[in-house]
Amino acid sequence: MADWKTPDNAKYTENDEWIIVDGDTAKVGLTDYAQDQLSDIVFVDMQVEVGDTVSAGDSFATVESVKAASDVYAPASGEVVAVNSALDDTPETINGDPFGAGWMIEIKLSDAGELDGLLDAAAYAKHCAEREG
Amino acid sequence: MTYIPHTDADRKAMLEAIGVDSLDDLFDAVPADLRFPELDLPPGLSEMETAWELNGLASANVAANDFALFLGAGAYNHFIPSVVNHILLRGEFYTAYTPYQPELSQGTLQAIFEYQSMMCALTGMDVANASHYDGATSLAEAVIVANAHFRGKRSKIILSPGVNPQYRAVVRTYHQGNDLKFVGDKGSATVPDLVDMLDDDTAMLVVSYPNFFGQIDDLTGLAKSVHDAGALLCMVVDPIALGLFKSPGELGADIVVGEGQPLGIPLSFGGPYLGFFATREKFVRKIAGRIVGETVDADGRRAYVMTLRPREQDIRREKATSNICTNQGLMALAACVYMSVMGKHGLRRAAELCYHKAHYAAQQIDALEGYSVDMSQPFFKEFVVACPEPVAAINDVLLEHWGIIGGYDLSKDYPARENQMLLAVTEMNTKDEIDTLVEALRSAPDDIANHAHHHHHHS
Repeated sequence: MADWKTPDNAKYTENDEWIIVDGDTAKVGLTDYAQDQLSDIVFVDMQVEVGDTVSAGDSFATVESVKAASDVYAPASGEVVAVNSALDDTPETINGDPFGAGWMIEIKLSDAGELDGLLDAAAYAKHCAEREG
Repeated sequence: MTYIPHTDADRKAMLEAIGVDSLDDLFDAVPADLRFPELDLPPGLSEMETAWELNGLASANVAANDFALFLGAGAYNHFIPSVVNHILLRGEFYTAYTPYQPELSQGTLQAIFEYQSMMCALTGMDVANASHYDGATSLAEAVIVANAHFRGKRSKIILSPGVNPQYRAVVRTYHQGNDLKFVGDKGSATVPDLVDMLDDDTAMLVVSYPNFFGQIDDLTGLAKSVHDAGALLCMVVDPIALGLFKSPGELGADIVVGEGQPLGIPLSFGGPYLGFFATREKFVRKIAGRIVGETVDADGRRAYVMTLRPREQDIRREKATSNICTNQGLMALAACVYMSVMGKHGLRRAAELCYHKAHYAAQQIDALEGYSVDMSQPFFKEFVVACPEPVAAINDVLLEHWGIIGGYDLSKDYPARENQMLLAVTEMNTKDEIDTLVEALRSAPDDIANHAHHHHHHS
């Protein structure tokens, strides 16, 4: 069985997004498990720009791989303060470094309490393992 | 063998799953008296009798090959080299569809790839898809691309009144369910008037090249104005005209669409035709339809594949760029063969013949008493004739007395253009035909008057 990275400083959704809080903003991306399932990512269609607001559960991007196209949902609500435009030209960064250079958007959280409803690293690792079973 | 794969047991299981007792219950919403209307059909006919019946009906048509034809307005009578049909009828190619196991059909994919490549060369664009139903649906798809590009944040589409009226009607029908506003085409706006309508809510501006009246508008600087407003420029083009005039790519267009029928496809009473669609590379993931790409197989040999598939509805479901995946494969093949046979120089020669014959006809008609032709702007193969009588009356005389199919009655779509006829002249019209048309137009007012007098006399 594969062994996917699930860093402890991140919170997770069941739909395989991660969110890492740093001060009053948080970065959002796709997990190691998600990029592994999608295989080679060839295009990121970002559907938000800086200044837009997203609500938890909103689709903010579509990621295309050689196998499928998947929507990516915001784990929490807030204003978009940065978008990783480097993914336009090098979408494969998500495959290589999903929790680092492969981040997708940065949001200013409107309600930090929303994070309490997300999975922690241990629960998410279990969620991944169950789906492989 | 049965063509219906479901067994009674299958049907029973499906009905149970949705909680319905019988198939009839599924039609409850349709009033009982409308479910099986009396069809009042005549008794069946043998194949021989059917052929007689249909030939009799067909002989009531006026066919392009039997008459001198000066009708255009979106569908044109151009020469079709006989090799086009010979290739189309080959069993390996004879389907309207792109195959569902595409990579197995390398020949079909290669033909589509070559069609796409030639459409790019013709339009000056980076990428073309495998086609749409017709020019009108291609334009409707261009609007979808613009809307997707701005993620619905710009709601205005400026349409030139010089875009084919049927295309504009189809675009409105296509988009009646969303929040887009279509403006600009209700009056007689010129290109500068359209530029004045640009604002930060404008997603796209659409012009026709040539316009519906056959004229080549001066589009210098248009792309810059459109792009300065942050909007996209779409051009609806006649592919034959591109053999002669500057390409939309050089003029700065973002999307180029049009009717491919002039490229080796017969008039056929309105279809099947071919919608072409070409654009800049940066929009490729937003476009509808299928795209064939060239690659290499595992052994390094050249091979063709369906590419950029995640745009399409079988993968993206309801978030697909469009619900149109079908193309006009056979018609695209016809265009591919036509362009291959004609080549760059042949296409230019055909365009030059259209241009010179149309200008000869325009000058002769303009010299007639009672008629005038607006030659103030450059034009290609069509021009507008102001007539001394209603167009329908003149066309009746042309057909009945001279065996000529006359031009398009512009008052049908443009009420202000009463007595204005749109005439099309192509390489298929001989000088004799044109001279006969001029004579016919010269005597038409008298013929109409005599006809009316004749009727009056007997009433």
